[in-house]
Amino acid sequence: MKTMLTVFLKEVRENLRDRRTVLNTLLTGPLLAPVMFVLLINAIVAREFDKAEKPLPVPVIGAEHAPSLIQALQQMGVEIKDAPADPEQAVREQEVDLVLRIPDTYAEAWRKGEPAQVELVHDKSQRDAGGPVARLRTMLEAYGQQTATMRVVARGLSPTMTRPLVVASRDQSTAQARGGMMFGMLPYFFILGVFIGGMALAIDTTAGERERQSLEPLFANPVSRSRLLLGKLGATSAFAVTALLLSIVAFSIAGQFLPTAKLGMSLTIGMRFAVLTMFVMLPLVVLIAALQTLAAAFAKSFREAQTYLSLLMFVPAVPTLLMSVFPLKTQTWMYAVPLMGQQVVITRLLRGDPVGNSDLLLCFATSTAAAVLVYFVTAAIYRSERLAISG
Amino acid sequence: MIELKDLHKAFGAVKAVDGVSFVARDGEITGLLGPNGAGKTTTLRMLYTLMKPARGQVLVDGIDAAVDPLAVRRRLGVLPDARGVYKRLTARENIAYFGRLHGMSDADIRERTRALSQALEMDDILDRQTEGFSQGQRTKTAIARAVVHDPRNVILDEPTNGLDVMTTRAMRGFLRQLREEGRCVIFSSHIMQEVAALCDRIVVIAHGRVVANATPDELRAQAGSDNLEEAFVKVIGSAEGLAA
Repeated sequence: MKTMLTVFLKEVRENLRDRRTVLNTLLTGPLLAPVMFVLLINAIVAREFDKAEKPLPVPVIGAEHAPSLIQALQQMGVEIKDAPADPEQAVREQEVDLVLRIPDTYAEAWRKGEPAQVELVHDKSQRDAGGPVARLRTMLEAYGQQTATMRVVARGLSPTMTRPLVVASRDQSTAQARGGMMFGMLPYFFILGVFIGGMALAIDTTAGERERQSLEPLFANPVSRSRLLLGKLGATSAFAVTALLLSIVAFSIAGQFLPTAKLGMSLTIGMRFAVLTMFVMLPLVVLIAALQTLAAAFAKSFREAQTYLSLLMFVPAVPTLLMSVFPLKTQTWMYAVPLMGQQVVITRLLRGDPVGNSDLLLCFATSTAAAVLVYFVTAAIYRSERLAISG
Repeated sequence: MIELKDLHKAFGAVKAVDGVSFVARDGEITGLLGPNGAGKTTTLRMLYTLMKPARGQVLVDGIDAAVDPLAVRRRLGVLPDARGVYKRLTARENIAYFGRLHGMSDADIRERTRALSQALEMDDILDRQTEGFSQGQRTKTAIARAVVHDPRNVILDEPTNGLDVMTTRAMRGFLRQLREEGRCVIFSSHIMQEVAALCDRIVVIAHGRVVANATPDELRAQAGSDNLEEAFVKVIGSAEGLAA
C-alpha cells in the first residue's frame, strides 16, 4: 500500500510540474467543450429566432392577379419581391429559396368561387429553404381558411361547418426533456473529458518512462510490477477524475449562459446530478485509465502511444452515435454495457427521468468488472520482459 | 556474493547468452569485459531479475533469483544500461523516490543522500531539477539512486559510458570505495583500460560465452603476454567491438 502511494505521489507531482500536461488535461479538456457548447447553442438559437421574426422575402410572379392575397400576405410579414425570369432554374440553382406564382386564371376562378390555384416553386432537398417554404405555406393556408370562413358566414351558416375536426396537441415532454434532446452530446463530453484527462499520464507513466529509459531502473526496485502499475493507474485516474469534476462544474456554469427563455428548456446540473454521475463514472474512469495504459504499453514509442490513444478516443463516440441514429427505448441491458450505461444514466438524469437504484448499481458493477478485467490484462503485459526494454 | 550458474537466454534464433557462469566475491570488483553485443547486458539483466533465464541459476547472497526475486532486488544496487532520471524531479527527489520504494524512512533517506552526494561530488546539483543535466550529472544521480538503500551488491552496466575524464575518475574512486566497504561490485565495460585499472577479477565474455575468468596477472600469464590488451584480443579472438 505504501509503495503504491509512493508511486502515485511521484507521478502526480512530476506531472503537475509539467505545464503542458496541466494545461491540456485540467484546463483545455474540461473547459473547451462547455464554452464551445454554449457558443454553438447560442448561435443556433439566434439564427432560428432571427428567421422566425424577420420579414419573409418572397419573389412573386403575377402579383397583379391577386391584390387581396398579396395585401394579406404583406400584413402577415411577407416582403413581395420581383420574380426572376426563370423561377424553376433560379430555385434549382439556389439563387432564391422559393417563388410564388399566381397564374392569370386565378382572378377568374376566385371570382367564380372555384378553387383558385397558386404555385409554390421550391426545392425540397434544400434544408435551408424548408423554414421559409413552411412559413409561406402556413400563411397561404391561413388566408384560405379565413376566406372560407367569411364565405360561409356570408351565406348565413355557422363557420364551424367547415371545421369538422380540430386536433389539439398535448406535448408531454417536460422542459428538461426537451433540453435532454438538445443536450444529447453532454454525456459524450463528460466521457471525452475523462479520456483527455487521463491521456497524458497514461502515456507518460508507461511509454514515456520507457522512452526516457527510466522504466528499467524502476523495475530493479524490490516492488512487484503490479504495485507499480496500480500506483500509476491511480495517478492517471486521479487526473481523469479531476478533469471530469471540472467538466461537471464547467457545464453547470455554462448552463447559466444558455438562452433558456428562448429555448423553453434549461440545463440544470445540481448536486444530485453531480453525485450520481460521479458514482457511475468512477469505475469507467479506472477502466479507461487501464485501457489507455494498456495501449501505451503496447506502443513502441511515445508517438505511437499518442496515435493509439487518439484512436481510442473515438470509442466513446460509438454509443452516442448509435443512440442518436437508433433512438432505442432505454432497456435494462443498456446499463450493463460500459460506456453505454453511463451514457444512458447521464442522459436520463439530464432529462429529469427517473433512474432506479438497481440500474445505477448494475452500471457501476459491470463497469467495475470490466475495469478489473482490463487491469489484469494490463498487469500481464506489465510483467512481460519486453516491456521495460527500450530500443 | 553473486553466483551465476550456466545462464542461457535466446531471442528468437539468436543465442544472446549461451552458458555463462562465474562468481563475484564480496570486497572485490569483478569486471565483465566483452565486445558490444557479446551478451553482457543480457547477463546482467538476468542477474537483476529483469529477465528470466531460459536455463541456469542466479544466486545473490545465497538467495535464488527465480524463487524470491524481490529479496534479490533488495540486496542489489543496479545501474542499468538504461539510466533515465525523472527530469521534472530534482536529483534529491529522484534519489528519495527509489529510497521510498525500498521502504526506507525519510530520515534514513536524508542521511544516505547526504553521504552519497559527498562521495559522488554532487552537492551543487542535488536540489536542481535534472532537466538539462549533463551526461555525467545524470549518471551520478542514477548511481546515487541505485545505491540509496546501502546494498551489499552493486551492479553497474557500462557506468563510464559517455563520461568525461574528470567524471570517469570520480566514478573509479567511488567504485574503489565500494570495494573497500566490503561490497561485491560487478561492472561491465567494453573498454580494456578501465577493466585493467579497476578489477580484481576479469570475466571476458564473447558470443554469449565466458572465454576467460582470471585475475589480470593470470590473464597475462595465460596469454603469454605482458600486455593485457594483447591478452584480451587473444582470448576473444578478435579486437572487434573493443575499445582501448
